[in-house]
Amino acid sequence: MTLTPFTRLFIANRGEIALRIMRTARCMGLTVFVATPPDEADAPHALAADRAVVIRTNGGKNPFLDSEAVIAAALACKAEAVHPGYGFLAENADFAQSCLDAGLIFIGPSPAMMRQLGNKAEAKKLMQSVGLACIDGYFGEDQSAAAFASAAQSLGFPLMIKAAAGGGGRGMRLVTDAAALPSALAAARLEAEAAFGNGTLLLERAVIRPRHIEVQVFGDRHGQIVHMYERDCSVQRRHQKLIEEAPAPGLTRPQSKALCEGAIKALAQIGYEGAGTMEFLLDAGGRSFFMEMNTRLQVEHQVTEMITGLDLVEWQLRVAMGEALPRKQTEIPCIGHAMEARLCAEDPARDFLPQTGEMSVFRKPSNVKIETALGDGAHILSHYDSLIAKLLAQGSSRDEARRRLITALDNTVALGVATNRAFLARCLADPRFIAGKADTSFLDHFEMQPAAPDAFVLAMLLFVSKSGPHTGWPAPPLAAAFPVPLRFECRHEVSDAHVSLTSDGLVRVAIGAHARSFRVHSFDGGYGRFEEHGMTHFAVLSMRSDGLFLQYDGVNETCRDLTLAPPALPERAGGGNVVRAALGGRIISVAAKESQSVEIGDVILTIEAMKMQHVHRATQAGTLVSLRAHEGQQVAEGDLLAEIIAAALVPDQSSTP
Amino acid sequence: MRHFVSNMDTEGAAFAANRAAMLALIEAWRAVEARAETASHKAQSRFAARGQLLPRERVALLLDQGAPFVPIANLAGYGHDTADLAHSVAGAGIIAGIGMVSGVRVMVSASDSGIEAGALQPFGLDKQLRVQALALENKLPYLQLVESAGANLMRYRVGDFIRGGALFRNLALHSAAGLPVITVTHGSSTAGGAYQTGLSDYIIMVRGRTRAFLAGPPLLKAATGEIATEEQLGGADMHTSISGLGDYLAEDDREAIGIARQIVKNLDWNRGRLPEARCFARPALPVEDLVGLMPADLRQPVDMREIVARLVDGSEYLEFSARYGAATLCLNAHIGGMAVGIITNNGPLDPAGANKVTHFIQACCQAGTPLIYLQNTTGFFVGRAFEEAGMIKHGSKMIQAVASASVPQITIHCGASYGAGNYAMAGRGFAPRFAFSWPNARTAVMGGEQAAETMAIVQESIMEKRGQKLDSAMRTKMKSEIIDLFEGQADALTLSAQVLDDGIIDPRDTRPMLIECLRICAEAEARELRPLPFSVARP
Repeated sequence: MTLTPFTRLFIANRGEIALRIMRTARCMGLTVFVATPPDEADAPHALAADRAVVIRTNGGKNPFLDSEAVIAAALACKAEAVHPGYGFLAENADFAQSCLDAGLIFIGPSPAMMRQLGNKAEAKKLMQSVGLACIDGYFGEDQSAAAFASAAQSLGFPLMIKAAAGGGGRGMRLVTDAAALPSALAAARLEAEAAFGNGTLLLERAVIRPRHIEVQVFGDRHGQIVHMYERDCSVQRRHQKLIEEAPAPGLTRPQSKALCEGAIKALAQIGYEGAGTMEFLLDAGGRSFFMEMNTRLQVEHQVTEMITGLDLVEWQLRVAMGEALPRKQTEIPCIGHAMEARLCAEDPARDFLPQTGEMSVFRKPSNVKIETALGDGAHILSHYDSLIAKLLAQGSSRDEARRRLITALDNTVALGVATNRAFLARCLADPRFIAGKADTSFLDHFEMQPAAPDAFVLAMLLFVSKSGPHTGWPAPPLAAAFPVPLRFECRHEVSDAHVSLTSDGLVRVAIGAHARSFRVHSFDGGYGRFEEHGMTHFAVLSMRSDGLFLQYDGVNETCRDLTLAPPALPERAGGGNVVRAALGGRIISVAAKESQSVEIGDVILTIEAMKMQHVHRATQAGTLVSLRAHEGQQVAEGDLLAEIIAAALVPDQSSTP
Repeated sequence: MRHFVSNMDTEGAAFAANRAAMLALIEAWRAVEARAETASHKAQSRFAARGQLLPRERVALLLDQGAPFVPIANLAGYGHDTADLAHSVAGAGIIAGIGMVSGVRVMVSASDSGIEAGALQPFGLDKQLRVQALALENKLPYLQLVESAGANLMRYRVGDFIRGGALFRNLALHSAAGLPVITVTHGSSTAGGAYQTGLSDYIIMVRGRTRAFLAGPPLLKAATGEIATEEQLGGADMHTSISGLGDYLAEDDREAIGIARQIVKNLDWNRGRLPEARCFARPALPVEDLVGLMPADLRQPVDMREIVARLVDGSEYLEFSARYGAATLCLNAHIGGMAVGIITNNGPLDPAGANKVTHFIQACCQAGTPLIYLQNTTGFFVGRAFEEAGMIKHGSKMIQAVASASVPQITIHCGASYGAGNYAMAGRGFAPRFAFSWPNARTAVMGGEQAAETMAIVQESIMEKRGQKLDSAMRTKMKSEIIDLFEGQADALTLSAQVLDDGIIDPRDTRPMLIECLRICAEAEARELRPLPFSVARP
């Protein structure tokens, strides 16, 4: 077998994964190049690389999906190899082929193998042939609605629709009855096309409340193949992983051994090269079913690195250089436990709706490893995944790793854009999770909303953060003592509070008939310490024109200061209705037309953000007017896109002279 | 500079007694001061029903939170609305002071419309005039929150009517001087009061609440027979769209104040003009001692250096000409990082002391150093030796220096302020930039006992010439009447009620108050105005 050494590596990715690959590449003495879109020219991955190539695409298209542009950029740097990271083009065989055609080494398996394993239907056939249990399904080439309907009939519901080409939950839909099948297929196809450029779908019998277990494998071109034990990634929302750990809890060593060895046995037969992950569903009875194979590095690969002490990116690069796997199976240990939480810009209380905007303050915890490309003032953009950081904790036991991860989440500060930080900490503290009993339905019955905010503390912090630069804390004498009638909104509730400085330097907050006093010890640069009943608290705040973002006692809140706001006026007299962007993103389709009459539930337009499509529907019947949305338009959350005039209010056309 | 070494026994009985006496005075004065707020807040439900904020809520929202606020003449009118001191409400119907709005130091004057619908109270005119004078002299933008029923006709005084014209003249002159006048008309601003709104450079009106007209519906009907509603005659909607009197229409009080804050922000008033802030040390000695230093009995001597050491940065000062005219102290120090000259009294003024002060004032004017007078004076020395030494001419020299000093002067009445000492130490008659009193301060042309004895001696000599004799009972009665007349007017509350100072302050607040006043003066000094030949006129 030939060696294919290289020293110039192009990373066709962004964010934390680009930084992660860069770290190992640098250690190995490689020169590193990255691609970056113009609006991220100063992003950390672009700054950290030896050179960044700015890719300008037409119409704001995601440059990381434009294989021609990526290859041209790699060639411009005189790169010898391309690392695709994960997501984007990582599992696109055509891209891999184009790399090879351009004389570039693609870090991953051969295009042929990617095609075979990356296609779920193909992969299943292969795995069944070597004796792995698979879930029944329809993997036919006939993609017609009729074909799916008859396949569904024979398989029986519930069923899972999946994109044949993809992963990451995109294009996935759970269907519980025949009536819902056509619309679910259409939506899944749209998503699959947008995400992978391939709308081919398949059906699978849905395993209810399974655990998601996956095996990390590695092969080289010298015929060696090893596994690196399994991971449990059962805590998911929208079929995307939130918490991952290795090894899987509750799995006995013999069970684990059987699973992992079965996995590599199948791959050994086809001579798999590079990193790969075989995903299985584990049902309540402990039976495992092969689900799919990912021919790339996974987001959660680092929990495996932690228990094995290995560097998977290093292995990938060595394998791509033609070297043999650095270790034999017997030399790969499994020590302790590792757990990862994915910090995402999304709002768990609003169905995990992705959030965009400026992350004013971001502070990393110090007790765990954190992978992120985020810094203060970073912009969370709508056209990428909502993952902003990975927190990785290690421990000699699962519980130790779990506790460390909670502490880390509690000590992470993320202000300006809603995140799932507090939510993740609550998941980790849930008795079912602690017991290792979390399956993929774990979040279905989880209380999404944290406890109600403490309006007294919010009022005090608002007061403190609104005070001018002439105020030091504790407050100086002579500050005006008139109680300030603050008004603010938090979680859609408006509160009125009178806040004043007392002569002994306390901040007194009165709401209704109740009053509480706080001593503010310090407040500087957005960091505040205050005391109540002898107990000190720590708060971090960021005051922006769109609200006060704060985090204290493990809770994040966003307040809108309405103190000097005029009274809320009805949107439009006479029962008018408006369509506003539910989130920031790009309008990918406009289904309705100006002056068209609409019924409740009619689709008006669809916004895509963070790879998810959000359909906006009419919430009132009437006539659509002032439509100001067009395809491709970038919108911010709350933008007014159209108005609907109730049917009764539309002037009668026939009576017009 | 040398560190001051205190000789004060702050653990002793005398100190404790002085402290107790001072704290009692502070408590009594604070209680009087708080009455206005209590009285005004009685209107709360009425205001809430109208969707309005109470006057103090308006001021609180207007001001930058947590920023210093120097209230002016809080006690104006005390004892003049009713002779029943236990129920008298001070403040004269106005809430006024110097504060920060959008980072800009401004003068705020708000109608206390929770009391008699904002009608001017006794001494309200004096307070308003003083507030306007302070704003002009200190080059402060003038912000009015107007909601006033005008003058109370039941208390009509022709003199106040005539003098009251100055309120409007001052607004015109303020604008012409290059100082913005910004007004929120929260409610009534009618008849003559309409010009309080009209004479403003920026006018914010509140929908459904503003009333600005020369004659309301009843007077109009009586005068011309025309029938019109208040809203038609002077509502915000009409004025912002038809008459052009209002520049901004707000939906409610909150929005109106928000607009006022934006207007101030947009002035960009401090561009390139703010004096640099400096670092400074706190006094090394405890500020808390300030309530125990002044003897309850003003005849007891006190070393005013003890006071100074608790007011100045690092408790450090340099005494000017300490050994010459030693009863009068001239000290150079820093307060809040700003250089000051301090003049104070350890005894009566004598020729040497007067000469020294004259020299010191001139030197401070040469350097541009503001002067602070800590008054504790029983006046000038009297007697043959002093007359021969030229007490009058040296005292005159000192008074000339005080009257013509080119630097800002701030007077604090720390204790006694008697006779010509009041004048020579920059009493109110000498128009210091600011004058505040400690609650224990006493001011009179002379001590009551002294006056009574003087009058008794004069009376005796008159009667003697007539061959009569003042019997001892008459003498005692006469003396006690004179003592009552003098002492009854000498206390700080009585003075403050008549706007003869800018307010009473807690001795412990003296330093922050001085820092604020010095900053106000320094800003004014640094500020170059862009005067107009006439005020800003509206179309």
